[in-house]
Amino acid sequence: MEVQKTALYNYHKNLGAKFVPFAGYEMPIQYKDGIVKEHISTRTHAGFFDVSHMGQFFLEGDETLIESLEKIIPADLKNLKVNHSKYSFLLNNEGGIIDDLIITKTEKGFCIILNAACKENDIKQISQFLKKNHKHLLNNDLSLIALQGPKSVEILEKLIPGVANLKFMTGSNFEYEGENLYVTRSGYTGEDGFEISISNTKVEKLIDYLISNEVKPIGLGARDTLRLEAGLCLYGHDLNEKINPVEANLKWAIAKKRKEVGGFNGWEKIKNLLANGSEKIRVGIKPDGKVIARENTKIFSPDNNEIGFVTSGTFGPSVNAPVAMGYVKSEFSEIGTSIQLEVRGKKYGGKISELPFYKKSYIK
Amino acid sequence: MSEKKFSKKHEWVSLDGDVATVGITKHATEMLGDIVFVEVPDAGKAVEKEGQAAVVESTKAASDVYSPISGEITEGNKAVADDPGSVNTDPEGASWFFKLKIKDKGEYDSLMSKDEYDKFCKENPS
Repeated sequence: MEVQKTALYNYHKNLGAKFVPFAGYEMPIQYKDGIVKEHISTRTHAGFFDVSHMGQFFLEGDETLIESLEKIIPADLKNLKVNHSKYSFLLNNEGGIIDDLIITKTEKGFCIILNAACKENDIKQISQFLKKNHKHLLNNDLSLIALQGPKSVEILEKLIPGVANLKFMTGSNFEYEGENLYVTRSGYTGEDGFEISISNTKVEKLIDYLISNEVKPIGLGARDTLRLEAGLCLYGHDLNEKINPVEANLKWAIAKKRKEVGGFNGWEKIKNLLANGSEKIRVGIKPDGKVIARENTKIFSPDNNEIGFVTSGTFGPSVNAPVAMGYVKSEFSEIGTSIQLEVRGKKYGGKISELPFYKKSYIK
Repeated sequence: MSEKKFSKKHEWVSLDGDVATVGITKHATEMLGDIVFVEVPDAGKAVEKEGQAAVVESTKAASDVYSPISGEITEGNKAVADDPGSVNTDPEGASWFFKLKIKDKGEYDSLMSKDEYDKFCKENPS
């Protein structure tokens, strides 16, 4: 398959982006400032992220669309209000996570934001449950821009009046340059911010405005350090088809009503895990020193029994220390539990830590 | 102190009598990005020419640092282990990685000069 590019590819190039192949796309990993500066400027001012590689999947249909989607998504879609969003997943028959996603109820149906690497398969999986009268479209004519950081609201409100009134995990239609665009208050950094769905033809103009307000371009490198400090999962690393939401410590994302009534893929297994707990569970990990425990680092108990593995690990610029997430046997998951991390054949001390590593309050 | 010599793996070496000082080049730090972890060897450790001697990690990935010259480590620079970011600011000065007592000056002589190294970097862009 040919490598794909987002509508902003040349724009990134002119900003001095270094590109890497990611999920079939050429994506900026960093710009001239580098990962740490990009990370800090997002936390202190604002940064923009081109996340147009992610799937913007639109569904339309009658009441039966909700029934169909609820078979594979464990959110309460019936009671979700128009313009409200939920974090959820696509589940397989074993309760494993096919993808994690944000689903928003629209006037005519739903919009689902899917991970780039998963989107083709996701659509196949969802389509199994769709009926003839359900329309669906993966809209490649739209770009998706995340604007994140404490100054986001002030900056975007000047351009698109009304966005400041959005509460976290809600969205609305706005007008910009004579076109409709959809803005949600959400993100993947632990900061206040927005995700803006905008046509490929207008996106450069939006970015021009952001840059004129000293919003920095942020690459995938800082996106990873930001989300990890915020304790957010990255599909394909912290989550995969063999991991279920209970193990992933994401049972909060299964709607209460759905936990009781079920009716979705893997429900029998998940019901059992909800009652009895899982063997392993996702935790936050803080190495004691400066050593970085990266993905696949083995985790040992103090008496040298292997108890788990790291799924994401890096240096957290705002925490100013290494941070990691991984899976350990549940009996070792209590916060403060001492563990050992095997890095380059040597064991280093660490502790199970609270998530997120970095906390900021969202606008509610 | 002698002039600096350079390896293809982007380390620099300077020589004072039979003690060599080794660090990574400015070019290497530019390729690595923000350096967030450094592990230097302890005194007494024997290293081979082109053998793994230290570790440097950026936000992106971990890389081995090789000794361009064989010998016995006399000192690892604790200052860079304590403040890894200093490697980005002064890689070819205060932020050296380790010193070692060399066995064969011929290994030093065979490394690249500054001009040769600059040319090598230009011909082998990352």
